Amino acid sequence: MANMSMQKNPMPSQDPEVRRQNFDEVALGYTEEQALDEAARCLQCKTKPCMKGCPVLVDIPGFIKKIEDKDYEGAYQVISQTSALPAVCGRVCPQESQCEKYCTRGVKGEPVGIGRLERFAADWHNDRSSARPEKPKSNGRRVAIVGSGPSGLTCAGDLVRLGYEVTVFEALHQAGGVLVYGIPEFRLPKRIVQKEVEGLKLQGVKIETNVVVGRSVSVDELLEEGFEAVFIGSGAGLPMFLEIPGIYARGVYSANEFLTRINLMKAYLPDTDTPLSHPNKVCVIGGGNVAMDAARCARRLGAEVTIAYRRGMEELPARKEEVEHAVEEGIQFETLCAPVAILTEEDVTSGLRLIRMELGEPDDSGRRRPREIPGSEFEIEADTVIMALGTSPNPLIKDTTAGLTINRKGGIVVNEDGLTSRERIYAGGDAVTGAATVILAMGAGKTAAKAIDEYLQGNKS
Amino acid sequence: MYRIMKKAELRPTLMLLEIEAPRVARKARPGQFIILRVDKGGERIPITIHDVNHVTGGVSIIVQVVGSTTYKLNRLREGDFIQDFVGPLGRATDITQEKVCVIGGGVGCAIAYPVLKAFRAAWSEVHAIIGFRSADLVILEDEFRASSELLRVCTDDGSYGEKGFVTDALVDLIEAGNHYDEVFAVGPVGMQRGVSRATEPYGIKTTVSMAPLMIDGTGMCGCCRVSIGGEMKYACVDGPDFDAHKVDWDLAVQRSRSFYEFERHKYEETCNLFKKEVQ
Repeated sequence: MANMSMQKNPMPSQDPEVRRQNFDEVALGYTEEQALDEAARCLQCKTKPCMKGCPVLVDIPGFIKKIEDKDYEGAYQVISQTSALPAVCGRVCPQESQCEKYCTRGVKGEPVGIGRLERFAADWHNDRSSARPEKPKSNGRRVAIVGSGPSGLTCAGDLVRLGYEVTVFEALHQAGGVLVYGIPEFRLPKRIVQKEVEGLKLQGVKIETNVVVGRSVSVDELLEEGFEAVFIGSGAGLPMFLEIPGIYARGVYSANEFLTRINLMKAYLPDTDTPLSHPNKVCVIGGGNVAMDAARCARRLGAEVTIAYRRGMEELPARKEEVEHAVEEGIQFETLCAPVAILTEEDVTSGLRLIRMELGEPDDSGRRRPREIPGSEFEIEADTVIMALGTSPNPLIKDTTAGLTINRKGGIVVNEDGLTSRERIYAGGDAVTGAATVILAMGAGKTAAKAIDEYLQGNKS
Repeated sequence: MYRIMKKAELRPTLMLLEIEAPRVARKARPGQFIILRVDKGGERIPITIHDVNHVTGGVSIIVQVVGSTTYKLNRLREGDFIQDFVGPLGRATDITQEKVCVIGGGVGCAIAYPVLKAFRAAWSEVHAIIGFRSADLVILEDEFRASSELLRVCTDDGSYGEKGFVTDALVDLIEAGNHYDEVFAVGPVGMQRGVSRATEPYGIKTTVSMAPLMIDGTGMCGCCRVSIGGEMKYACVDGPDFDAHKVDWDLAVQRSRSFYEFERHKYEETCNLFKKEVQ
C-alpha cells in the first residue's frame, strides 16, 4: 500500500545561519528511512507519466521500485542505463518543471520527490560501490568531443559504451565545464563531478585538457586527424553586459567571471593565487539560477547581498528552491527595478542607480513586459556589481569552421539528430540553444551520440 | 604538465622560458598569446608568445617578475614542469602593410619582436623603436637591430641610447619624412596611449596589443572587456590587437588596476614565504 502522505519528505539541509558561512553542500540528502518512505509514495503508474518530462527518459517508476525493494545499487543501475550523470542530475535538474510536473501524486498534493530519490540512489552507489566500470570492447573508430560539460560528457559516455574511441577536448585546465566553473560547490560538490569524470576515463574516454578547439586545433583538423565525427558541446560563451555608465569600473563583474574565480579557481581559499576582492555590499543584476548562485557565493564571502530584478518575485526565472534558499540565507530582493548607471568614486564602484519598473502587456514569451516608471530613480550602495544577464554562444568554433550554419543569436543550427549543416559535425547544449539547463544539454548529447552511431554504422569504412 | 626546456635570465627579474608544448607551437602565429598556471592553486595568467621552435615543439615566452605568480615561475629551473599551458589564444596580428614602425616599451618588446620578425619575413620595410626606463632594463636590442632597417633605442633617464620616450623618437621619424602605413605598439598601457595620441594627428593607422585582465581566455568570463569605438569587445577572442585610435584609454587604464592592492599583498606574501624557506 502506497504512502498516501500529501507532502514530500523534506530535504534535510544545513541551517541557513551556518551554511552562509561555508561552501559545503546545502542539501544533505535523504537518509535510508526517508528514501524508503518517499519511494512508497510512488503509485507505480502503468503509463509512467513522469518519464515524458525527462529529457533523457530515465525509467523513473523502475528505479523507485528498486529503492522500495531496498535494492539501492539496482536503482542506480536503472538510472545509469540512460543517464550518464545521475549524482549531478539528482542535484541540479529542475525536476519541478520536468518529471515531477507530470507525477500523478502532484494532482492532489505534492509530487513524489523524484530528484531527491535519484540523488539518494546515486550517492548510495558512489559511497559504497567499489566496482570499476567495465571498459567496453573497442570498435577502433574515433570520435572527438569538444567541451567536457554536461552535453560532451553524456555524448562521450554513450559513445564509449557503444565501443567508440572517444577523446574529449577541454579548453580549461579541469574537466566538467559549467559543472566545475559555474555551479557552486554548495549546490554541486566538485568531488561528485570528479567521480563522474573518473568513471568515464575508466571506461576508456580520453580527456585532453588545455586544448581550445578553434585555436589549438580546428574542427576540420580533427576530422583530418582521423576522427570520423565531431560533437561540439562548447557551451555558452560571451556574457552579456548592460551598456550603462560605469560598466568598466573596478568592482563590476559578469556572473561568469565572479563564479569562475570562486568555483574553478577557488579564489576564496587562502592557498590559491587568483585575486578576489572580498565585497561588503553586493548587488546582483538578474533573476535566473546563475544570479542566485552568484548572490549566494557573495553571501558566503561575508557580504550583504541584494538581487535586483526587473520583474516581480513571481516572475523570477530561477528555480523556486534556489530562490527559497537565497531568501533563507538573508539575501534581499529588490524587484521591479532596472539599473540605469553604476556609480563610482575614483573609478571604483560605490553604488547603483536604479529605476522602478511596472509590468505591462505580455511580450512574445508570454511574460508581462516590464516598463520604466518615469522619475522613479533611486540609488543603493554597493562596492561590487555582478551582471547575471545570460550569455551568447562562443564565437571561436563558428569563426574557424567553414560551412557551419549559425542562427541569428549565434547558436549553431542543428536538425533533430543534432547534425549541423556539415556532414560528420554534430552539436548540442548551450552552443546550440544559448544558456539552458544541464539536463537539456545532456539530452542533446544523448541524441547526438545515437545519431553519430547510426551514421557511422551505415558507413562502415 | 609542461616541461621547461630552456630558461635564460635576460635581466635579474626578466626571464626567457621555452616550454614544451607541440600543439601550441604548431599553430602559433605572431601576436597570439598563451595562458599558463604554475602549480595547482595557481592563477591563470596570459603571456604573449615570443617565439616558437617547430622542430622541438618549444614555445618561448619572456616574463618579467611583477607579482606572486611570476615570482614563483622565476624560481623554477630547466627540466621542471609547470601545471598548465594553453594556446595559442587570440587572433594573430595582421601582417599586410608595406612600411611599418614597430614600437616596444619595456617587457612589451618581447611581444613586439615576433611581430617585427613577421613583417620582416613578409618583405615589409621595418623601422623599430624600443624604450626602457633606464639602461639596466634594456632587452632584445640585438634582436631588434638584426630584424629592422632602422632602430632607435630610448631610455626615460638617458642612461642608454637617446633620452626621452618612444613617442619622441616616433614623432621625430614621422617629421623626418617617413610615411608609415602602420605603427604597431606594445608596452605599458600609458605608453600605448601616448603612441596613439602621437599618431592620431598624422592619420597613421595604429595598432596596439592589449593585455587586460583575463581568466579563461576563450570568451567565457568577460573579464578582458575593452571599449573599442564605443562597442564592448573581448581582448581574448576579438583581440588582443585593436585600432589604437578607437580604444577608450581612460577605461583601459582604470580596469588594469582592478586587483592592484590584492596583487601587491600576494606578491609580498609569496616573497616572504620563500625568504623564510631559505632561512
